[in-house]
Amino acid sequence: MNAVSIKGISKQFKGGTTALEDIDLEIEHGEFISLIGPSGCGKSTLLRIIGDLIEPSSGEIQVNGKPARQARRDHDYGIVFQDAVLYEWRTVSRNIALPLELADWDRTRRQKRVDEMLELVELQGFGEHHPWQLSGGMQQRVAIARALSFDPALLLMDEPFGALDEMTRERLNAELLRIWEASSSTVVFVTHSIAEAVFLSTRVVVMSPRPGRISKVIPVDLPQPRTQGTREDPRFFELATDVREALHLGSGDAPSLAEGIA
Amino acid sequence: MLGRRGRDWLPALFVLVAFLGLWQAIVKGAHIQRFLLPAPTAIWTAFSSNQGQLWHEGWVTFQEALGGFAIGCTAGILVAVLVARWDLVGSALMPYAIAANAIPIIAFAPITNAWFNPLTKTAHMVIASVLCFFPVFVNVVRGLRSVAPSKIELMRSYAVGEFTVFRLVRVPTALPFLFTSLRVASVLAMIGAIVSEYYGGALDTLGANINQDASLFQFEKAWAEILIACILGIGFYLAVALLERLATRWQPRVEMLGA
Repeated sequence: MNAVSIKGISKQFKGGTTALEDIDLEIEHGEFISLIGPSGCGKSTLLRIIGDLIEPSSGEIQVNGKPARQARRDHDYGIVFQDAVLYEWRTVSRNIALPLELADWDRTRRQKRVDEMLELVELQGFGEHHPWQLSGGMQQRVAIARALSFDPALLLMDEPFGALDEMTRERLNAELLRIWEASSSTVVFVTHSIAEAVFLSTRVVVMSPRPGRISKVIPVDLPQPRTQGTREDPRFFELATDVREALHLGSGDAPSLAEGIA
Repeated sequence: MLGRRGRDWLPALFVLVAFLGLWQAIVKGAHIQRFLLPAPTAIWTAFSSNQGQLWHEGWVTFQEALGGFAIGCTAGILVAVLVARWDLVGSALMPYAIAANAIPIIAFAPITNAWFNPLTKTAHMVIASVLCFFPVFVNVVRGLRSVAPSKIELMRSYAVGEFTVFRLVRVPTALPFLFTSLRVASVLAMIGAIVSEYYGGALDTLGANINQDASLFQFEKAWAEILIACILGIGFYLAVALLERLATRWQPRVEMLGA
């Protein structure tokens, strides 16, 4: 039983746009999958279909061996959006505790888990702060802590670092990998950034638009654990180039200049 | 001696003292007639020599304002919750509520005084409550509906029911909207009570006395009564503002008494 099993998934929106056409993808437990592609390729739509936040027009999707709807009801996944989506009227601790409250955990157990999460994302001491007192990067770390607080098998992330500057983004990439290894969860990660996709993933799924489909799946054979040194590995650049070329082919752009010159 | 807070208030206090001094000087110096503008000292004499009676009148009027405020705001909140929950009811009622929020409801005062016995508190409480209802209703609906869709999407990922979303997300989002309208309503309630009393209030109400004293040329006493109205009005507003601060401690503070 795979973590996520997507068979023949299609999605048409009202008005006729085909967001996704005939998507097939199997994701094994413990993988880190990136979905990368230009705007309109359907990567965010696909992520939301996995999370049962959007209903597919046709096809079958299983998460953790159950239909996606059941997986959502069973709290089998945590989700992180591009905007941290923290509730301003709650402290950091109470934001992280939100899914635990909803799952009726008792107070002691909740407090203990919140403390563990704060330590995991390195925000100890910020529990009583309010979201507006934190920087964007810190807010996203709270969102990640919240998504992981109930130990889900699957983590869905929709461009979580998209609104942050490059340096914060690289640092949070490393932190995310550390957290992923510690929790041994499966991650499906939507991104626009080629470097981010290659650095983080075990496989990169390149998508293309009109209609949204998977154009290529690229396994990333870089050694684990990934470090800042990995970004300077020659193999990193080769893989990034592979992804870039797959992206250009998929969107029907002109082939690379090197090939164009006869 | 004075803390930093005290020093913040000093410039404003200075303006008040200067204003009163200027007023006194102009009235005395230009020999302004009593019926045009009494001196602050004359108003103060009228105030201190009638204190018992004035505070009693103020209290009666304030009870009308408070009663109207309580009824109008509660009704506004309840109907707003219904409207936000059922879209159909909303589209039917909202246009009228927004229009009603713009019309001078106080124009109905002579009518309500004909419907209800103006010598009782009820007549004036009715106007005050209608004045409070519409701003509270409109603003609470806006607040309940203004939740960012991503916050609702997050709740959907937790597979919770509509009432939980309402309780945990919509209500806290609506609170700042509610309190803004409550502050507005507190002012409107006092206006409603007093002006309604102008058109027929019992002899121990503020509005009836301001009206009567002015027509009997007892302007110092009328001004003293207006002073009471101001004190009560400001006190009411500040009480609501204090409640707002306690209930929404999580709001980043920008300014103390801003709207």
